[in-house]
Amino acid sequence: MPKPDLLHEAPDTTATRASSPGSGPAGLGASRNRSRAGKRRFGPDSLRGIIVKIVLLGLVDALAVYVLMMLFLSQSWAALAVSSLVVLGINWIYLRKGGLPAKYLAPGVLFLLVFQVLVVFFSGYIAFTNYGDGHNSTKDDAIAAIQLTAQKRVPDSPAYKASVLSKDNSFHLLFTDPSGKVQLGSNGEPLADAPGAGKDSTGKANSLPGYETLAFQEIVANQQEILKITVPVSDNPADGTLRTADGSSAYQFKPALSFDAAADTFTDTETGAVYRDNGKGAFADKSGQTLSTGWKIDVGMDNFARAFTDPSLRGPLLGVIIWTFTFSVASVALTFILGLFLATTFNREDLRGKKVYRILMILPYAFPAFLSGLVWSGILNPEFGWLNQTLLGGANIGWLTDPFLAKISVLVVNLWLGFPYMFLVCTGALQSLPTELDEAARMDGASAWRVFRSIKLPLLLVSVAPLLISSFAFNFNNFNVIYMLTGGGPRFADTDRDIGATDILITLVYKVAFGQGTGRDYGLASALAIIIFIIVATISAISFKQTKALEDVN
Amino acid sequence: MSEAQARTLPATRKTAPDGGPAPLAPRRRPFGAWFKDKGWRHVVGIVTTIFAVFPLLYVLSAALDSSGTLVGSNGLFTRIDPGNFTALFNDPSRPFGRWFVNTLVVGVVTSAATVFLGAMAAYAFSRMRFKGRRIGLLSLLLLQMFPQLLAVVAIFLLLSGISQVIPALGLGSQLGLIMVYLGGALGVNTYLMYGFFNTVPQSLDEAAKIDGASHVQIFFGIILRLVTPILAVVGLLAFIGISSEFVIASVVLTDPDSQTLAVGLYSYVAQQRSENWGVFAAGAVIASIPVMALFLFLQKYIVSGLTAGSVKG
Repeated sequence: MPKPDLLHEAPDTTATRASSPGSGPAGLGASRNRSRAGKRRFGPDSLRGIIVKIVLLGLVDALAVYVLMMLFLSQSWAALAVSSLVVLGINWIYLRKGGLPAKYLAPGVLFLLVFQVLVVFFSGYIAFTNYGDGHNSTKDDAIAAIQLTAQKRVPDSPAYKASVLSKDNSFHLLFTDPSGKVQLGSNGEPLADAPGAGKDSTGKANSLPGYETLAFQEIVANQQEILKITVPVSDNPADGTLRTADGSSAYQFKPALSFDAAADTFTDTETGAVYRDNGKGAFADKSGQTLSTGWKIDVGMDNFARAFTDPSLRGPLLGVIIWTFTFSVASVALTFILGLFLATTFNREDLRGKKVYRILMILPYAFPAFLSGLVWSGILNPEFGWLNQTLLGGANIGWLTDPFLAKISVLVVNLWLGFPYMFLVCTGALQSLPTELDEAARMDGASAWRVFRSIKLPLLLVSVAPLLISSFAFNFNNFNVIYMLTGGGPRFADTDRDIGATDILITLVYKVAFGQGTGRDYGLASALAIIIFIIVATISAISFKQTKALEDVN
Repeated sequence: MSEAQARTLPATRKTAPDGGPAPLAPRRRPFGAWFKDKGWRHVVGIVTTIFAVFPLLYVLSAALDSSGTLVGSNGLFTRIDPGNFTALFNDPSRPFGRWFVNTLVVGVVTSAATVFLGAMAAYAFSRMRFKGRRIGLLSLLLLQMFPQLLAVVAIFLLLSGISQVIPALGLGSQLGLIMVYLGGALGVNTYLMYGFFNTVPQSLDEAAKIDGASHVQIFFGIILRLVTPILAVVGLLAFIGISSEFVIASVVLTDPDSQTLAVGLYSYVAQQRSENWGVFAAGAVIASIPVMALFLFLQKYIVSGLTAGSVKG
């Protein structure tokens, strides 16, 4: 690291810099004079500089006005307030004289604040909610959704005649009720009178000015979409909806659950079971059966408690934490040992072919990491892979399906990926060690091994230790290798969740939040992410102390 | 952000001990002595090289063998034809060409912006003295300890909130993804550049200032020109990191047409690993070419960056 010598003279340079052009009245006047003398063509006070500044700021402000308008229209008041403050801040930074550092720092810091700092706090907030599948909106939205989805055909309700019309690529249904009244509706759009509808010989309305009537083939071709159309009878969801099963007749459906706003309960119209707000963001009956759609509430420490008490989570999670540490420590140790061994082996000026070896050996480091895992998963595939089929003559060894072997495989692949880096680093470190020490020890009769162990290795460790720590931190969250190679599998037998023997914490977070099969549970995933934050922060703090990295900052 | 980035420290002069005394002319030696001194090193070299290179040869062979399945790929280089490559570009449900272009676009735009934002911040930290400078540098150091992928849930929810207001910046948009990546633009990059900027003598700025140069002129006209090597390294490391990034890209880019290579190629083999193997291998070969070419081309700089970091003490 280049020693910032320049910074040590800070005390006197600060004084001179304080009156640099643009920040003080004296400097300002001087720079104006110079620009008049024609020396400055591109400074902030030159015409060109001002134009560039006006154009750039204008573009930013134009975008900002658009964003603010959209926020106003969508009535997101909090976001609107924050955005307005940001826009004002940006304009203040760039329009005022002086404050030069802020002008250079603002763009990067803005992105940093939103997409690195804010999201960390946001994660913290989500960790205390039950956000996830079936719990992603307000209670009112949930009630409306339950009323819409829990629909049953009203017994003995009359059959409506229906035609399918289309306008602007969206489908509409034209209903003729038994009394001959014609009404039009579409998905989510309540029934409305349809004046001027044309009827066929059976009295069924089949056309409407401005709309196209779908022919039978077209109805068949768009069957899926037409079946999904649910037309509310009125604005009140409790009145039910009209749906068609064949594009020519329709029936009235009503919610199988009726909502009682005063009591805040749902009642099953058939069984009479009563579902109440269970305080956990869902409606539940006496036996604890919940309705599928719930809403988002704050759950306090529930997610954290669940991680360590829920039997389907506790055991696997413990296994994952232990494996995460094992994986990162073993990865660093293995890559470092192999890298160091290779570095000492090839640390000879007079070795032929050294350059060729080096280029070939760093190829895995140059290969994109996400591809490495996938390629190795093909080589190690138990049924079809090259290792079993070709090298081991058709043996059926579960390199990726046996819990123990899968862990070994993950480590070997990560060794393949990581040793070139350690090789390069150790080569550099070895070459920078003073040779006199080596020679002196040799004179005293020390063996090569002894010289290495007692002199070279300790000196080397001093310089490489910070990189070993950062390598540990990197492997702690080494998502690509695990996810691409084994997908975390083989799965644990003692849980119904998608957690497996090679899952590390970060793949677990990803699978809990975005996995297939089991529902998405953002709250739990964020809680796990917070736990990782705490582990990584603790390790960073300790390693900071050890490596004194902060000394470089003055 | 990327492995390479996170691990690289300021690139400075590498003090490689070359130019030592030329080796003496080799004499005939008994094989045993030669082996003990040097021969075993070649054995190690050859074994390691096989370990390092085999998977790459394997994927190349699978790419060239159009029988296509995982089993069929086991005989190395038994058949060579371009069938997989044509299949790769002719599958409308898996637009490989689009993925490739998307990766290039996202990677180039992000790394260019990363370099620019990082350089501006490094310039401010290196050349100006202001309140909060020390705290700012320290916070950057601490913030880089928290990788963005840990906050992937929050990023997803934030972007889905944004898409309800401005769809062009929210979920499914590459612009949104680029913005998320730019959240990590400072951090380690600023540190790398800050170290390098400090090696440019401040007397140059002072002289220019006396000649009437403004800070903008000094930044673009003097500093940026003198630190081009570090700009190139940061930009390329950012590009390499982004072209491998999977987690955030997979969450943000939902539509196959907008996806990057990492997300697209994963989906290619995630379901039926053994059937699509040949075509996947062809995709992998093409996807890795730009990254490996860049890496080997810049090897010298990256290596000196790594080794300079390692001898930092």
